[in-house]
Amino acid sequence: MAILDHVRRDFPILDQHVNDHPLVYLDSSATSQKPQQVIDAVDNYYKQYNSNVHRGVHTLGSYATDGYEGARKKVKDFINAPSTKEVIFTRGTTTALNTVAYSYARANLSEGDEILLTKMEHHSNLIPWQQAAKATGATLTYLPLQEDGTISLSDVESMISDKTKIVAMAHVSNVLGTINPIKEVTEIAHRYGAVTVVDGAQSVPHMRVDVQDLDVDFYAFSAHKMVGPTGIGVLYGKQSFLNDMEPVEFGGEMIDFVNLYDSTWKELPWKFEGGTPIIAGAIGLGAAIDYLESVGMAQIEKHEHELVQYALEQMNTIDGITIYGPQERAGLVTFNLDDVHPHDLATALDSIGVAVRAGHHCAQPLMKELNVVATARASFYLYNTKQDVDVFVEGLKKAKEFFGDVF
Amino acid sequence: MSFNNLDTLYRQVIMDHYKNPRNRGQIEGDHLSVELNNPTCGDRIDLQLKVDDGVVQDAKFEGEGCSISLSSASMMTQVIIGQNVEDALKMSQMFSDMMLGEEMEGYEFNLDELGDIQALQGVAKFPARIKCATLAWKAMEQGVEKEES
Repeated sequence: MAILDHVRRDFPILDQHVNDHPLVYLDSSATSQKPQQVIDAVDNYYKQYNSNVHRGVHTLGSYATDGYEGARKKVKDFINAPSTKEVIFTRGTTTALNTVAYSYARANLSEGDEILLTKMEHHSNLIPWQQAAKATGATLTYLPLQEDGTISLSDVESMISDKTKIVAMAHVSNVLGTINPIKEVTEIAHRYGAVTVVDGAQSVPHMRVDVQDLDVDFYAFSAHKMVGPTGIGVLYGKQSFLNDMEPVEFGGEMIDFVNLYDSTWKELPWKFEGGTPIIAGAIGLGAAIDYLESVGMAQIEKHEHELVQYALEQMNTIDGITIYGPQERAGLVTFNLDDVHPHDLATALDSIGVAVRAGHHCAQPLMKELNVVATARASFYLYNTKQDVDVFVEGLKKAKEFFGDVF
Repeated sequence: MSFNNLDTLYRQVIMDHYKNPRNRGQIEGDHLSVELNNPTCGDRIDLQLKVDDGVVQDAKFEGEGCSISLSSASMMTQVIIGQNVEDALKMSQMFSDMMLGEEMEGYEFNLDELGDIQALQGVAKFPARIKCATLAWKAMEQGVEKEES
């Protein structure tokens, strides 16, 4: 664990007391904290070279354009996309997935077609498909969850057919921590002529993702979960699809020629970036990628793996705890403690400075599947320590006593 | 490490209502019902009211949620049964003021008349939990509005 000790000092927010206790931030799956390097990059943009991109002849405009397009290049390298044309900046994962659901799905689906999903999807990779299905007459089909919270490839094989046009799933479940076999699923999907759309919000921040190796057709993620700013994310898509897709938003920045009755669009990726883009956000995302690379994605993955395995081990010593999801998982643990409602538990932990998430985690169908109304979740990132886990587990034990006593 | 400041939130009386909710169940016969969710956290309440001649004759609830939301529902049903609609709405306003930590002035009743509900005063210090406490009351307000229209 020592290897990441220096990391903690880069995150100014972690050095504070909450409710008179040192902050233990275990809600990085909701949003991550930001290192000084990212804060400085955004700050520096506004202080030194704030300007609009792609249009000014003036010097600051060039700096801003270089910053913005430089960030795109960093994203391309980070996920190993073949070209910057395939890296579209969006408001976040939700907007990226909606772009595919609007632009690709509505143009390519018709009655009788199927969209294959899993039962562990976040609402953002579920509702866009419900809406696309309603608009086109396509139907949604769901891969079942296995007992341990994973999906099986044989179910994929048996549920997919020539009718399946889209397979959409999370790379990592934000509730179960399950790491889905995207490469294998994509191989099956392609055999049936379907495209894959992957929600990478919980994977890109925590593990090396190579979109060419996975061979996915669309991949979406958000900067704010990977030590970057809020308000920006990425849609990666293969050029062969993006070229034929219509923009979703029209206006400035995305046009080529504009006539009174008709217009043409800029080339990729700009045709999908109508309006003044998220310049500061992109620059912050670029700095976030630099930061993660400086630590090393393999290091981060290893660190989180150790933390989550340690947390599982410690949590399993508590009577009356239910942990959801598989043993081998990404760095998060969703759980319930008998007789303590997750909100009450989260309030109790907050009173000793420990921040966890409680609720349905934007995955209501999954909550129904697990037969719970709400759960609590602790999620880890590169700045968390074994000591954080100890404080958290101690807090769980205290909470059990506290609520046990009052009953 | 201790939960000292939690005691203000989780008073014994709250836990008692959570563990042994009053008026939990279904009203038989004519009644109106309102179902409300807290979409971000999954709390759900199904409140049923029987209002005759402008008076709340009966109130029952079903649902699931945390100790704060369910105890608030339990306490509320206790206090509004027998009240006329106007007073029930005033109590709701008073409760809302209490949650916001505002002075509860200009009401005909004093805090004692709200019964066990006083125990929820501590929730005001936990802003993230206020919407848990007010869920049942919002359902009651909507139900009464339904009745009036």
